[in-house]
Amino acid sequence: MAEINWGFAISRPRVIDVDRNNLRKSDEILLEMPELQSCIGCGACTASCTAGNLTQFNFRKVHTLVRRGEYQGAYEEMNKCMLCGKCRLLCPRGINTRGVVMLIKRKLGDF
Amino acid sequence: MERVIVIGGGIAGMKSALDLRKRGFEVTLLEKSRHLGGKVRKWHCLFPTFTAASEVLGRLKAEIADSDIDVRLEAEVVSFDNRCVTLASGERLECRAVVLATGFTLFDARIKEEYGYGIYDNVITSADLEDMFRRGSVELRNGERPRRVAFLHCVGSRDEKVCQRHCSKVCCVTGVKQAMEMKRLFPEADVFNFYMDIRMFGPGYEEMYREAQLAHNIHFVRGRISEASPTIDGRLQIKAEDTLTGRPLKMSVDMLVLLVGMRANDDNAHLAEQAGVPLAPNGFFAPKDMFAGNVRSPREGIFYAGTITAPKSIGEVLNEGSAVADAVTEYLS
Amino acid sequence: MRAKSWSDYQKAIADDKYYYARSCIRQNFFPGSEKAFLDILQHDLGKDIFDDPAHSSCTGIGYHSDVVPLETIMTVVARQFALMSEAGYENFVTSCITSFGIYTEILSTWEEFPETEERTRENLFKATGREFAKPKSLAHTSDVIFHFREEIAARAKRKLVDSMTGEPLKVVEHIGCHYAKIFPKSGIGGSEFPYVLAGMIESWGGECVDYPERRHCCGFGFRNYLVQANRGYSVANSQKKLESMAPYHPDFIVANCPGCSMFLDKWQYTIAEMNGRTYGANGYGIPVLTYEEMAGLVLGYDPWELGMQMHQVDVEPLLDRLGVEYDPSTKYLGGNGKYIGKPATAVVNCPSQDFIYDIKL
Repeated sequence: MAEINWGFAISRPRVIDVDRNNLRKSDEILLEMPELQSCIGCGACTASCTAGNLTQFNFRKVHTLVRRGEYQGAYEEMNKCMLCGKCRLLCPRGINTRGVVMLIKRKLGDF
Repeated sequence: MERVIVIGGGIAGMKSALDLRKRGFEVTLLEKSRHLGGKVRKWHCLFPTFTAASEVLGRLKAEIADSDIDVRLEAEVVSFDNRCVTLASGERLECRAVVLATGFTLFDARIKEEYGYGIYDNVITSADLEDMFRRGSVELRNGERPRRVAFLHCVGSRDEKVCQRHCSKVCCVTGVKQAMEMKRLFPEADVFNFYMDIRMFGPGYEEMYREAQLAHNIHFVRGRISEASPTIDGRLQIKAEDTLTGRPLKMSVDMLVLLVGMRANDDNAHLAEQAGVPLAPNGFFAPKDMFAGNVRSPREGIFYAGTITAPKSIGEVLNEGSAVADAVTEYLS
Repeated sequence: MRAKSWSDYQKAIADDKYYYARSCIRQNFFPGSEKAFLDILQHDLGKDIFDDPAHSSCTGIGYHSDVVPLETIMTVVARQFALMSEAGYENFVTSCITSFGIYTEILSTWEEFPETEERTRENLFKATGREFAKPKSLAHTSDVIFHFREEIAARAKRKLVDSMTGEPLKVVEHIGCHYAKIFPKSGIGGSEFPYVLAGMIESWGGECVDYPERRHCCGFGFRNYLVQANRGYSVANSQKKLESMAPYHPDFIVANCPGCSMFLDKWQYTIAEMNGRTYGANGYGIPVLTYEEMAGLVLGYDPWELGMQMHQVDVEPLLDRLGVEYDPSTKYLGGNGKYIGKPATAVVNCPSQDFIYDIKL
């Protein structure tokens, strides 16, 4: 390979490639908390989120990505949660959102 | 006795005929095919209770067999007005009122070319799958068990590109029902539903949706599949946006089920014009009004029952059979 | 069923008497292909096609890069039509997919908004004193080759098969987006299952590869690759296609769009240099052909006369499989026998051949 200054780099795909992702952790999480699967994406959790109003933290998006096998950075993101519990009061599907935060942190500490 | 003619021998027509007969009319039921029962004949079981379709249809059929309703099969209607129906054979049937119950046409999935229905082996429609359930033979074309199945909602519904702007109403819950049946047959398989909105309008539907998620671990991805293409190992690659994460998503699946919508029959335009009644912009018949006049046309003596006016569930269709009998009774008394 | 989808999208293609509009990119990167198109039509098929030196660029690249306004490009297109009328032709054939998209879109715009056509007539008359008639038929040059694919097959010197084993060659066909994605009815086979190149491949004995990213864009874009900093996602699209087709081991790629042919060929070099990844057999690139080159090889044309030395990825392994006889020593000699220069060897090329050329230099 020659030393060439291209002035650009090949973009990395943004696609969630479900075939390539290892869904084992995701399956484990859903097995422990099947209710997470019932999220309908209403966003009430993020609307009220203490952290999400001041940082990029988006609880709904992070756990949805985790369910698709996208674990990178999920642990760090969940660390932004202050566990205030407001989202759990609001969730129309009755998901134990604080429990989800703790579960994802427990399962995905390595990623 | 006054004769009322019911055009269409699906469940709407059957129920209308039975209720009209109970109210004392002489009833002639016209069906263009060789069987009564319409599309329900090909259905396996019904949402949200998983009741066998044959149970509902069997009851109607038995009641008709016990009645003296004049059932005419292979009787195609070429024109009608409120006093007379003309058949393709040239026969003219005089009457005092007509109930139009000719139903809908299933959307032809081949029109959505990007999904490759009819091209790729394991792209099927919800109607095909129901027929597979009915025959007890759900499998891939090569006889293997599917390991991953995707359902795509809104094929031929809510889609400007195929001139079907309306919502077909029952496909959402059908998708949930079929996904659950799939999961029962293949517990080890991953089942994904790709949807634009999930519309659970009826009693028990939302609960069923939740059960699909909680008890069956069925994945719901909010995003419309953009295309299906073949993979080297004979599977199908599908692409969608996972809109709740804002990222494109792709995966390969063994089977892609297209939840096809209900569209207006092609001959609605002709029938409406010759009878002098209006159609709605989506091609279904426009009832007299949307509230108290759902089974009435704007013209005296012409009535509607079932999906002739809009997509409906089976329970709603059967209710309209009774409602139309009331409306005809009121009109003729 | 697929055949039905193809038969649903047919279009009328004129049988003779064409006015030819060239492509900016192809004149520079594949000049041999445009020459081959004229040769095939005029000499092999005996057709009347007028190669008009007076016509200009359609300015499509400028238009898609936001430097040429719509009114201007409409007037330029109107001038091409005026030249066609003046030359006594009615069937417009364009060698470029971008132009083809521009022409179909403008004709359709004039249809939908007649006032834009009126204004264009005024503009053209004011600027050049010319008047134009709209073409009776508009086709892309690949449509014309498709139209005569059986005639070409009848005159074939060889088929698209391995000369040793007789096995059909595996061909990836790539259709330019603006061929049928703007108006599916303007392309043979529509936008999802275009048949224009697949039909040629089948008629000439090859086998089409149906791979997952078949319908994906090559990433050419216009303003996207023109700005250096944006090229990363342009090349990433070609890479996505190459990754997707590689497991099928295609013998070559054929494209009907100037930009696609150029990108799918030259990005292979870029990708190889940037991350060392190549997609062809033996660690080299996958040759990328134009449909005229494919037709020319079938008809027995000399590969260097077809301009195949202009490719980034060497075509020699493909020529060998096809059993095409060629003289390696004349690869870099122009039509007049003059040396045209030789590119440095890159990862996607076959290095062993350099030795032969170097002896002759």
